[in-house]
Amino acid sequence: MEIPYTLTARPDTGLYNAKIGIWLFLASEVMLFGGLFSGYVFMRLGSEPGYWPHGLLNVPVGTMNTFILIASSVTVVLAWASLKMRQFTQYKIFMAMTILCGAIFLIVKLTYEYPQKFQHFGVYIKKDALVKYEDYLGNNYLKAKNLSPRVEITGHLHNKEALTDPNVKEYEIALDEVNAEPTNPQSDRPHFWPKPVTEKIATIEKSDVQYASVFAPRHSSYFAIYFTITGLHGLHVLGGVLVFIYFMLPVSTRLYRQNPEHLANRVEVAGLFWHFVDLVWIFVFPLFYLL
Amino acid sequence: MNETHDPQHDAAHDPAHFNKHVRGYLVVGGALFACTALTVALSYVDFGSREANIIVAMIVATVKAGLVAAIFMHLLSERWTIYRFLLLTVFFVIGLFLLTLLAYHNPIRM
Repeated sequence: MEIPYTLTARPDTGLYNAKIGIWLFLASEVMLFGGLFSGYVFMRLGSEPGYWPHGLLNVPVGTMNTFILIASSVTVVLAWASLKMRQFTQYKIFMAMTILCGAIFLIVKLTYEYPQKFQHFGVYIKKDALVKYEDYLGNNYLKAKNLSPRVEITGHLHNKEALTDPNVKEYEIALDEVNAEPTNPQSDRPHFWPKPVTEKIATIEKSDVQYASVFAPRHSSYFAIYFTITGLHGLHVLGGVLVFIYFMLPVSTRLYRQNPEHLANRVEVAGLFWHFVDLVWIFVFPLFYLL
Repeated sequence: MNETHDPQHDAAHDPAHFNKHVRGYLVVGGALFACTALTVALSYVDFGSREANIIVAMIVATVKAGLVAAIFMHLLSERWTIYRFLLLTVFFVIGLFLLTLLAYHNPIRM
C-alpha cells in the first residue's frame, strides 16, 4: 500500500501529510514542556527567600552546550537545503555534523555535568541554628547589603560514612568558596567560572541540619525540576540523533536514489522536531543556569 | 495515486534559490550565537532586582525562539493550517500558565 501525500500537498490542507503530523506532535510537545515550565514557575514563586539556589550549575559548560545545539540547528537546515539542491555528499556531511553535535551535547551532560552534581553535597541548616553557623553563611553581612539569606552550606562531603552511620553525629564538608568566605563581596553573586571546592573543612552537627543531600533530584525543588526538564530534553536529543542516524543508513541512500524529494521531506520534518528541541533549550539555559 | 505535478516543485531545487536561503540560515545562526553570548553577559549585569534580570533574559530568549521558529522552522511563510494549530496551542499554553498563577494566588495555602 502506498502512503498518500508524502511528496505533494494534500489539496485541503495545502501540506504533505508528514508536515501536518509533526506540527500536531509539536503542539502536544509544547503542552508537555509547558506543563513542566509552569511547574518551575510555581515552585520558584512559592520558595522562601534563600531556598531557590543560584550558581550551582556550570555556566561555561552550559553556554558551550547552547552553542553546540544552535550549531546543530544550523547544520540540519543546511542538510535539508543540500538535499533540495540535490547535493547528496554535502547533505551527508551536514547530517554527520548534526549527529556529532547532538552526541557531544549528550556526552557532556551525562558524563560531566550530571556526575559533577552527584559529587556535590549540601546541608540545609535548621532555622534556629542558622546563627551558630554564621561564619559559613554570612547572613548579617547579606542582610546589611539587602541580599537574600543563605540557608545551605555546600561543598564535598568528607566523611561519607555520615550518610549511612547513625553513630556519626556530624557532617564534615570541604566548603565551596561561598561558604568558606561568606562575607567576601565576590561571593555576593554567582561567578561565570565555577570555583573549585576550598581546603577549609566545616563540621556541622546533624542535629542542626534540616535536610542533607547530594545535588540529586531529591536535594530541592530546584534540582528536581532541573533533572526532570533536562532529562526529558536529553531524551528528545537522543531521539533526534537516532532518527538522524537512520537518515545516514543505506536505506536512506536508496530512498534518495529513488526519490530525493521524499528524503528531503523526511529530513524537513525531523529538522522541525530538532529545532523545537533547540527552542526548549533556549529557555532551559537562562532559567536554570543564569537566573 | 493522488500525487499531482506541482509547478513549484521544479523551482524547489534550483541551486540559486537555495543559495540565498543558505546565507540566511548562516546569518540567523550567527545572530543566535550572539544572542546567547548576550544572555550570559546580561545575567551578570544588575538590573536592580532579580525580577528585572529575569524579564531581560526572557526577552532575549523570546527573540531567539522567534528567530528559530520564523526562519529555521519556516513559520514566516507557512500554510494557514499550521498557523491554526499554533494559535490553539498558544491559547492552551496561556491557559496552562494562568492555571498555575491561579493556584499560586489561592488564598488557602497548605
